[in-house]
Amino acid sequence: MSTIVSLPDQATAKLPAKSYLNQEYGLMSWLLTGDHKRIAILYMISISFFFVIGGVLAGLIRLELLTPPSDLMATDTYNKVFSMHGIIMVFLFLVPSVPATIGNFLIPLMVGARDLAFPKINLLSWYLYVGGGIFVLSAMVLGGVDTGWTFTTPLSTHYLNTHVVTAAMGIFLAGFSSIFTGLNFIVTVHRMRCPGMTWFRLPLFVWGHYATSIIMILGTPVLAITLVLVALERTMSIGVFDPTKGGDPLLFQHLFWFYSHPAVYIMILPGMAVISEVISTFSRKRVFGYTAVAFSSVAIAVFGFLVWEHHMFIMGVSQYSALVFSLMTMLVAVPSAIKIFNWSMTLYKGSITFETPMLYAFGFIGLFTIGGLTGIFLATLGMDIHLTETYFIVAHFHFVMVGGMLMAYLAGVHFWWPKMTGRMYPEAISKTAAVITFIGFIVTFFPQFLLGYLGMPRRYAAYPADFQVLNVFSTAGASILGIGYMLPMLYLPWSLIYGQIAGNNPWQATGLEWQIQSPPLTENFVEIPIMDHEAYDYEWLANKTQHEVQTVG
Amino acid sequence: MTEKTQETHQDAEVHVVKPPIYLAIFLTLLALTALTTGISFIDLGVFNAVIALAIACFKASLVVLFFMHLHYSSRLLKLTVAAGIFTFLLLISLTMTDYISRAWGMF
Ligand code: HEM
Ligand SMILES: [Cu+2]
Repeated sequence: MSTIVSLPDQATAKLPAKSYLNQEYGLMSWLLTGDHKRIAILYMISISFFFVIGGVLAGLIRLELLTPPSDLMATDTYNKVFSMHGIIMVFLFLVPSVPATIGNFLIPLMVGARDLAFPKINLLSWYLYVGGGIFVLSAMVLGGVDTGWTFTTPLSTHYLNTHVVTAAMGIFLAGFSSIFTGLNFIVTVHRMRCPGMTWFRLPLFVWGHYATSIIMILGTPVLAITLVLVALERTMSIGVFDPTKGGDPLLFQHLFWFYSHPAVYIMILPGMAVISEVISTFSRKRVFGYTAVAFSSVAIAVFGFLVWEHHMFIMGVSQYSALVFSLMTMLVAVPSAIKIFNWSMTLYKGSITFETPMLYAFGFIGLFTIGGLTGIFLATLGMDIHLTETYFIVAHFHFVMVGGMLMAYLAGVHFWWPKMTGRMYPEAISKTAAVITFIGFIVTFFPQFLLGYLGMPRRYAAYPADFQVLNVFSTAGASILGIGYMLPMLYLPWSLIYGQIAGNNPWQATGLEWQIQSPPLTENFVEIPIMDHEAYDYEWLANKTQHEVQTVG
Repeated sequence: MTEKTQETHQDAEVHVVKPPIYLAIFLTLLALTALTTGISFIDLGVFNAVIALAIACFKASLVVLFFMHLHYSSRLLKLTVAAGIFTFLLLISLTMTDYISRAWGMF
């Protein structure tokens, strides 16, 4: 099969003598670093750790649901397991996944800067994340929380004796870490673009992260405040969420979802940002409708703030208000669709090759489309009454979060692995892993749409025997999926030592980050580059390469 | 290549605020605090909360504009702060669509 990979001659190729990886040695050189690339690696290690814990919890959930009665664990343990799974996966994995790792690594490289605007705040953000992680883990070890990741009142404020406040503190801290990441990105994109790097020459990756940062900065404080209110309600009974004192439990829902709906876009926009780069590189074409894709990111960020009540349709909110929010929800799906169409148009007549990142990107497009369209089902007021709080919702958000964001994260990790480490991952096995992940995903989550439609409620350890066949499918799929995720965790570390030397630009991609050595120098660029062409200009790249051949050889 | 690339640093020159201005703002804030306290002794019905919040907002604006130098800052910074206020207004107004109309048609 044709490929665009071009590696240097392995017999003579060497890693660069000096790079951010060997600039300094020792644990302290990592823990006190201000280098955005090293902080990205720290983040990558930490989120992988939490992904494994969250994944084990997911395995336990699926194992319990293999059989109809609740036999593997007690029902209240089950509640704690799915709550912890949700909290860890949302706040400690998905929210930081692409922005804090790949974004941290690449934003300065892509805008042509030596680092982010505030390196120390960047490091602080990682420490806050670790602090948040420790709180969440303590909540788990001390006995768990069983509110679900949504901390629903009055359950969380009046009826439970589990470690709600500890877990909430953890999320509070992790929230500030994401605010700092967003702040750094926004200031960097405004202030530190290299000469010639106009807004419309920025790679779409940067646009996606800029939009994400807007949500992080404007939304996350509301989550922080809401969690503080829950803690105050629990400890001092201040009454904001308590009707007997003039409060309203639904106020909690408004505040929580005011953050958490935009937060689902924190969990998808950076993924879309990765996909734009990957699709362009592996079809050798400029992204179709660059401006539309760029502005659709910002549109998603802004309009994402206007739809939160769709999580509350059956909670007794005003029907008139629900009508408005239902309409707004349908409208916010439009910019997402614009992106899907533009990527498809980019593929049209492109010269497509099927390297691993591209396989994941195809997985993303298909699965995200299904996830997004089922969101429209849920946004329909009548339909939602039937589908809400069933496995249909569980399937919906796993299609977008796991089928979408996790696929995009893996696409990104594989795509930039040679840049980050200087070495290639093994191609054949990684392609197998991508295919296994896709199959495992479909087998796990597609049956859940059917289960939900048939009426199986979410968040219960037991279910009627009629539902067993589909649940067995789902658990079997989860085992396949588990293998799909295990493989990269094995071969990526392996490739650090045995992988082929990648050279500067194995994909012949156009981005600024590909024009420098891999792994990059601590200061990124020897000289600050001057940008004289648009993003995704393959002609410019061809000219440049030709020129190099003439002078060098 | 004539495009404007890096943002011109409009706010690069640091604005020094004269002490008398700080003093005036400080005294205004104190006076308004006294006003809030005084008014709390008079029962104005629904306006109790309205007036207290209005005074608080005014004071907060003074702090942001003068103590935090927003009044002298670039348009970009003003826009940033405006974005925060706008988001807050979205939160309040869209939540109110629920509270105002929740009981419509029920009684
Ligand atoms: C593209 C358009 C989308 C639409 C129209 C949409 C619509 C909806 C609606 C209406 C619900 C509420 C269902 C209910 O509670 O009855 C929902 C739930 C949910 N959606 Fe989406 N969604 C979209 C995209 C996404 C994306 C991109 C993500 C995440 C990356 C996401 C994550 C979630 C989650 C986590 C829930 C469930 C929260 C919970 O109750 O635990 N959605 N979606
Ligand atoms: Cu939502």
